[in-house]
This record gives sequence, C-alpha cells and structure tokens, in this order.
Amino acid sequence: MGKVSKSPWLLHYDASSCNGCDIEVLDCLTPKYDIERFGIINTGDPFQADILLITGGVNSQTESVVKQIYSQMPEPKVVVAVGICACTGGVFKECYNIRGGIDTVIPVDVYVPGCAARPEAIIDGVVKALKILDEKQAARSKKEG
Amino acid sequence: MAKRSIVPFGPQHPVLPEPVHLDLVLEDETVVGAVPSIGYVHRGLESLVKKRDFKQYVYIAERICGICSCGHGLGYCMAVENVMGIEVPDRARYLRVIWVEMSRIHSHLLWLGLLADALGFESLFMESWRIREKILDMFDETTGGRIIHSVNKVGGVQKDMDSSMLRHLLETIKDIEREMKPLVDTFLQDYTVQSRLKGTGILKKDDAILLGAVGPMLRASGVEYDTRLLGYGAYKDLSVEPIVSGDGDSYGRCEVRLKELFQSFDLIREAIGKIPEGDIQTPVKGNPSGEYFMRIEQPRGEAIYYVKGNGTKFLDRFRLRTPTTSNIPPLVETLKGCQLADVPVLILTIDPCISCTER
Amino acid sequence: MEYENDIREINARQFFPAIVKMRTEKWRLVQICATTVEGGFEMSYSFCKGYDMRTYRFVAYGDEEVASITQIYPCAFLQENEAKELFGVNITHIKPDYKDKLYRIDVETPFKEKE
Repeated sequence: MGKVSKSPWLLHYDASSCNGCDIEVLDCLTPKYDIERFGIINTGDPFQADILLITGGVNSQTESVVKQIYSQMPEPKVVVAVGICACTGGVFKECYNIRGGIDTVIPVDVYVPGCAARPEAIIDGVVKALKILDEKQAARSKKEG
Repeated sequence: MAKRSIVPFGPQHPVLPEPVHLDLVLEDETVVGAVPSIGYVHRGLESLVKKRDFKQYVYIAERICGICSCGHGLGYCMAVENVMGIEVPDRARYLRVIWVEMSRIHSHLLWLGLLADALGFESLFMESWRIREKILDMFDETTGGRIIHSVNKVGGVQKDMDSSMLRHLLETIKDIEREMKPLVDTFLQDYTVQSRLKGTGILKKDDAILLGAVGPMLRASGVEYDTRLLGYGAYKDLSVEPIVSGDGDSYGRCEVRLKELFQSFDLIREAIGKIPEGDIQTPVKGNPSGEYFMRIEQPRGEAIYYVKGNGTKFLDRFRLRTPTTSNIPPLVETLKGCQLADVPVLILTIDPCISCTER
Repeated sequence: MEYENDIREINARQFFPAIVKMRTEKWRLVQICATTVEGGFEMSYSFCKGYDMRTYRFVAYGDEEVASITQIYPCAFLQENEAKELFGVNITHIKPDYKDKLYRIDVETPFKEKE
C-alpha cells in the first residue's frame, strides 16, 4: 500500500442528487459503517482531498462547480460516482436540466450503482478507489523517476 | 455608522450535504438582510409527467427527495386516488401511516444529528445517527430499501407486513425510545446547547402566519396546525394532537421535533394495535380526469400535491409545493438581526430540504 | 371531519381584491401554481385558514400582465419567480425579482407551450 492510500481524505459533493445517496455517504461516516476505520477522513476542502465522492446527475449550474472542485484537487486523485444518477443520469436522465452522468463532465474511476447506493456498496467503491489511487501514485513516481 | 459588507454563504458549506446559497448583508457581525438563491439541484422533475404515465410517475415522485421519499410517494398516490375516486383498503391505509411515521422518526433523528453537528457537538451527532440506523434497518426489513422504499402505489401499497415484522417493529420502537431518553435530556437541558438555541431566531406567531411558515417551524411559534388532523390515511382513526411550543426560537423548534418523535412512536404503536386484516391494494381501472389539491404532513411540514389529469394516461400537470419553499421566507426574516456565527444553526432549524424545494 | 377544499374561478379583474380580502381575513398563503393551458396559463393561488383551503383561479392569456402579490403576501416571491422563469408567465413587480435567474437553467421556459 502506498502512502496516500493508508490515509486518504474524502470530499463529497452533491451535483443535483435527490439527497438519498448523500445521506448514505454521511451514514458511512457514522458509527455503524464507520469508514474512518480504514484511515479515511471526511474533509470539506478540495485542496486536501484525494477521493471525490460525487452524487447526482450534473445540471447546468453544478457543472462549473464540479469542474472547479476537480481541478482544485491535488494529483493523484480518484473520482467515485455514487448512485445510478451519478453513473448515467438514472430516472432523471430525461429531465430538461440534467446532463447525464458525472463522466460527461469529469473523468470517473469507480462507478457505484444503486438507488440509493447502499453504504456497503459505497465503502466497496471507496476501497476499490484506493487501489486505483495507488496505481496512479506509482505511475506518477515512475514518470518522475 | 457600521460598515456594511456582503458575505456569500454556500453553495458548498459545512452544515448541509446539499448545496444552497445565501447572500448575507452584514453590519459588522450582525446580519441585516439575506437573499436566498437556489437552483443547484433543480432537475425539472415536474416536466416528467409528460413522459411517464401516472402509475410510473410514483417512482419519480419518490425520488424528488431521499429523506422525505415515503411521504412524496404517498402524497402523489393520494392525490391521484382522489382524482380517480379510488377507495384504498383499510389495511393499506394503516400500513401507509406506519411507514410515513417511521420516515418521520428517521428524518427527525437525522435533523437532530445535523443540529448537533452544527453546534459542534460531535458525539451527540454520532449518537443520533447511531439510533437512526435502527429505523433504517427496520425499513430494510419491511420494504427492502433503506432510503427509497417504493411501497406506495396508486390504489394501495406494494408490500404487506406480517405479524412477525410488526412485532419486531414494536420491539425496535421500544428500543429506540429507551435510547432516546438521555439524548432528549442532552438536547433540552445541556447548558451549551441551550446557550446556542435559546432566544435565537425568534419568529413571532403573526409573522409565522403571514410569511406562511409550515410544520414544526409554525408549531414552534405557537400555532396549532398539523395537517395530519385532516384525517387522510388512517389518521382519522388515530389520536393526533398538534405539538406546539410558544417561544418561537430555535430551542422551541428543537423541542417540537423531539416531542414529535415520541408522538410518532405512540402513533405507530396505536396503528399496529388497530391494524385490520385484509387486502393491501385495489385494482386501478381507467385514467385520471380532473384535478385535486392534496395536503399531507411531511416531517418538515405541510406539503401540497396538485394533480391535473386529462383522461389519458399522462397527467397534464403535477405540482409539489414543498415545506421548505414555504419556510424560506420565514428563515430570511429570522436571520435579520442575528449574529453571523448563528447563521448555520438558524438555517438548520427550518430543516431545509433543498432537493425537495427545487425538484 | 370534512374541511373546505374549494377551487373558485374568478376573472383577472376580481383577482387583486380577492387577494386583499384573504389577507385582511388572515388567511395563510400556501401555494401558487401555474399550469399551461391552450393559449395561456391557469394561475391558482391557494390559501389556508385553520384547516380550510381555498383556491382562487384565473387564466392569463398570452403575454397578459399578472400583477405580483408580493406587496400583500411578501412570502410569494419564490413561487412567483418560479412561475415566471419556468412557465414564462408575465408577472410584474415581484419584490425581489430574480429576473429569470432563480434556477439559472439553460432552457428557456421549459413548461411553456411550444408553437
């Protein structure tokens, strides 16, 4: 395991979801599921975050916010799309104000399906993201020599 | 003269998982005005009635908001049932009330946790959410989903609860009630909590009515109004008393919600005691034609569902006026004159649900 | 227990006096709803007093001006701005007027009847 993946910091953003996945993401941080036992800490600051958990299909107003948050995060970074809306747009796909999945705006590494995504699935997604984070870190240090 | 400045608050900020934005006009540290701006979670769900037929739309209605999901499904179904003149079987009426009261428990516990978090009382936040998990497990057992349940349908409910489930529910309620007691003491008697809540964000009774406050916000200002008394669902057979508090401050709103939790426990017990045997759904024939305004009491207050049908399977119009839409003008009023440091707590005391509001 | 849940049709001229009357009788404004109908919009204003609910309704054709009721019911501003932005109802003198920037959507008046 690399240095970063032992204690990654999470950032959560709601890009127009229905709230269901958001409270499940928060649930992961509370006693029953307690994602902190993996050394993961929730942060509100994109400059210090390694993993971006993002929920909901993107609408025209959140598009620029999502792009900005993503660009503010330091390399290496991983994006986890939580819930079916974040993956493809879900039931809201045909709404006039929805772009579709998060991958229409920024690159996504892990897709967590479900409506609403269950905490177990979210934790699984985050653990998968850690592996990708390590790979990205390794690729970076190789490049830098 | 004090210097005026404008402080942007949001959209991504610490008190809520949802994005909302306020422009606060400050004079030194005191807020003199606030302009809310929304739209970060607007999806345009009301337009989907043209693309989904009225039976499919239940699933969309439930996804208007993940916290009040059960109530939205119920409100929409009852509005359509009223248009079509469908009589729902008795057992379904009781089951609906049980699920809606369970979702009120989950929503109020969630709010209490967020309030504790906004106060900086981390262990109280964790404790509230730990207790809340029990009700979510119960949802999981009875409906198969933790957040989105999809139990309501036009004409009744999709699933039945057998007697072992009902017994388990009673045990869980008892368990939660026991664990809630110390929590209630902390919220209502702790010195730090009191000093943050008492006397802040006062909304007077007349202002509450004029500005159209609803739900716990209205009841905390001393107005006895609870839409459940209209007697929809099985509420007409159950004893519902509006819970009021006279002070109209943040503490009053916290008190009302805490007492409503215990009211919900009692309502569920009463409903389980009275639930009749029988069918859980009636077949639905034809298409809705006509219109109806349906009012129901969501955890956050009165919500209004308007359905207009034209005799085809696609509705002409569905509109939802959510409790938060009504509570934003009173919020702006209570913010005037408060300190900047109190803004997060005051925003939280209306229990804002932004994804409901913007649909 | 049966409570009032009426819809009363009025015309545009009776509209303002009716709203003022509701205000003096201390009814609470509960919702404003716009619906697209042929050639215009059906505007419904609902009020509650106690557990009774009354809705006033009139039709605004085309670009017909609808006066804002924010001077009487200040809390109407959100819902009036919404009707203006999403439906294109020509509501004038809303205070504060968001100038179609409440939801800041890309599409113009998505609910309006397209010719």
